[in-house]
Amino acid sequence: MALIDEHVNEAVLKNLDRKENFTLFGLTVPYLFLIFFLIIIPVGWLFYMSFIGRDGSYSFENYERMVTQKSYIRIFLTTFKISFLTTLICALLGYPLTYFMSQLSRKWAGICMIGVLIPFWTSLLVRTYAWLVLLQRKGLINNIAIDLGFISEPIKFVHNTSGTLIGMAHIMLPFLILPLYANMRAIDKDCLKAAANLGATPTRAFWTVFFPLSIPGLLAGLLIVFVICLGFYVTPAVLGGGKIIMAAMKISSNIELYFSWGAASALGVVLLVVTMLILYIASKLVSIDQIGGNK
Amino acid sequence: MQSNALNISINDVTKTYGDFYALKDVSLEVKSGEFLTLLGPSGSGKTTLLMVLAGFTRPDYGSVKFGNEEVVTKPPHLRDIGMVFQNYALFPHMNVEQNIGYPQKLRGKSKSEVKESVAEALSIVKLDGLGHRGVAELSGGQKQRVALARAIVFKPQILLMDEPLSALDKKLREEMQIELRQLHDSLTMTTVYVTHDQKEALTMSDRIAVINDGELKQLGSPNEIYTNPNNAFIADFIGESSLLPAKVISNKTYLGASEIMISHPSKDDGDYLLVIRPEKLFLANGKEKDTNLFSGIVEGSIFQGESQLLVIKLDPGSFGEQSLRMRLPNGSNIGQKVPISGEKISVGLRKSDSFLVE
Ligand SMILES: Nc1ncnc2c1ncn2[C@@H]1O[C@H](COP(=O)(O)OP(=O)(O)OP(=O)(O)O)[C@@H](O)[C@H]1O
Ligand SMILES: [Mg+2]
Repeated sequence: MALIDEHVNEAVLKNLDRKENFTLFGLTVPYLFLIFFLIIIPVGWLFYMSFIGRDGSYSFENYERMVTQKSYIRIFLTTFKISFLTTLICALLGYPLTYFMSQLSRKWAGICMIGVLIPFWTSLLVRTYAWLVLLQRKGLINNIAIDLGFISEPIKFVHNTSGTLIGMAHIMLPFLILPLYANMRAIDKDCLKAAANLGATPTRAFWTVFFPLSIPGLLAGLLIVFVICLGFYVTPAVLGGGKIIMAAMKISSNIELYFSWGAASALGVVLLVVTMLILYIASKLVSIDQIGGNK
Repeated sequence: MQSNALNISINDVTKTYGDFYALKDVSLEVKSGEFLTLLGPSGSGKTTLLMVLAGFTRPDYGSVKFGNEEVVTKPPHLRDIGMVFQNYALFPHMNVEQNIGYPQKLRGKSKSEVKESVAEALSIVKLDGLGHRGVAELSGGQKQRVALARAIVFKPQILLMDEPLSALDKKLREEMQIELRQLHDSLTMTTVYVTHDQKEALTMSDRIAVINDGELKQLGSPNEIYTNPNNAFIADFIGESSLLPAKVISNKTYLGASEIMISHPSKDDGDYLLVIRPEKLFLANGKEKDTNLFSGIVEGSIFQGESQLLVIKLDPGSFGEQSLRMRLPNGSNIGQKVPISGEKISVGLRKSDSFLVE
């Protein structure tokens, strides 16, 4: 006992703590580098560029344009409308499907999950063009429908909003299903038995117990779908036939057609800020862990 | 235990999974107001039987009656019975009050009625004032009480409990055993209680139904089951016992080379097991009447708090190669010194405590 105030092994144990923290920090260093070079610097550059006008001097013109020009406002409205509708369709299709899967035995649910994941693993471009093949004027669906005599004139599925929504909902559905499924599987089956035992009809038990318990998973899925939709490019470009212009497409045309890096950057910044804002609000509603799909 | 709660008649209930019998022709009458325990080892079919009563498992065939009403085809939500699940199954998105009020709301009770009955249930389980807690903020014992309150708040006539105490520590478990029993006595209910803990079953029950391999093995009061187990499985499962192979040859019972006395009329010739409860053995001085004497060497002497456990290797010449266990209370009344390992001793078992099982 050297010092009166010192407890046995206090210094040694503290040192150990410090060492462990240091090791953990060491493990994150490569990732911090990655973030710095691949995210912080490019995003910073983006910010900087968004404040450069046509003539090369600092200006707010890139942002002003967004508020004053009708075409830009329309693009934002389209972006939100398409994202919102896609999310809604995903929810309406995905919730019952996921509920069904969560009630199956693990084996059958696994088989269904493969069905959900195979398209998920297929290239987005391939799937988008596949829809084009299926849905176009002389596409598979119209041909079959006409041959069978259901319709006389081909229905216009693609090169409009409906085509975009069909394609996007198909691509986004797994993003809704995955977190929702994880959540629903984790719901204690005994809770539903308890509800029935206490007198709840199956419908009542669903709405008073199962549905409320699935909300975190549903919110997580909706959030991911909506946020990814905001930045969608290929699918609306191909299936919208030029009539659906979303923010990401405008960014690309700003660069490719007008060589206006400033305008493109400003749009990127706005998209980024909006996404962050949505994530922030969502994080107040659901814990971040649940957005990742785990309980 | 006279009351007007519903009785339960179970007749010929059988449940198979593939060619595996989870329940095999179980017939059982639970009397009105009775506290009956289903006791059996893991996988014996206790939960399955309880789930048949609650309506979650449909038997292959058989009849379940509450009172005079056949309920075997009735869906769970119409059965109107209380149930405490093994893992409590409290609703995590509701607080304590909402959990307990849930069955009352379903029954269309008014807000004030719900509130009143919830408060009453909370006070019955001694959780007054915790109504606004979230489920996650409760200790294991408190959760258990909430689950219980939720199961009794609508005053069901039948209460089912599936190992409700298994997650609690020993001390709390023993407290709750007594509380649950008192609760049963103060409410008008027929209770079916599931446990694999024989001591719990002995403590709480009016009658015990011992189940093994999906079959009802014995039904009786704790005392009957303890003192008169009707087979080796039950003798071994309920309470502690040493089972020694014995032979009956023309009305005489032999343990190894020695003849012993047994309590009940002698059985047919054949192989049996002599059941020896460790606490029924005593240190003998050779003068006792109607007593079987076993001599041997102390192999182990273990201090276990309230008692001393002795493992005794019997004299192989007279009893064959076997050992038995004996329990000596560590009470102040014992003037004798505790036998130690290696010591030669002679222990006695009264004729009335000696019995054979198959
Ligand atoms: N859905 C099922 N499919 C196949 N076998 C089952 C099923 N449910 C139960 N079993 C089998 O039936 C037997 C009885 O199960 P049960 O749950 O009733 O046992 P238990 O007595 O409650 O055991 P424990 O004390 O471990 O809870 C077990 O062998 C179990 O494996
Ligand atoms: Mg069980």
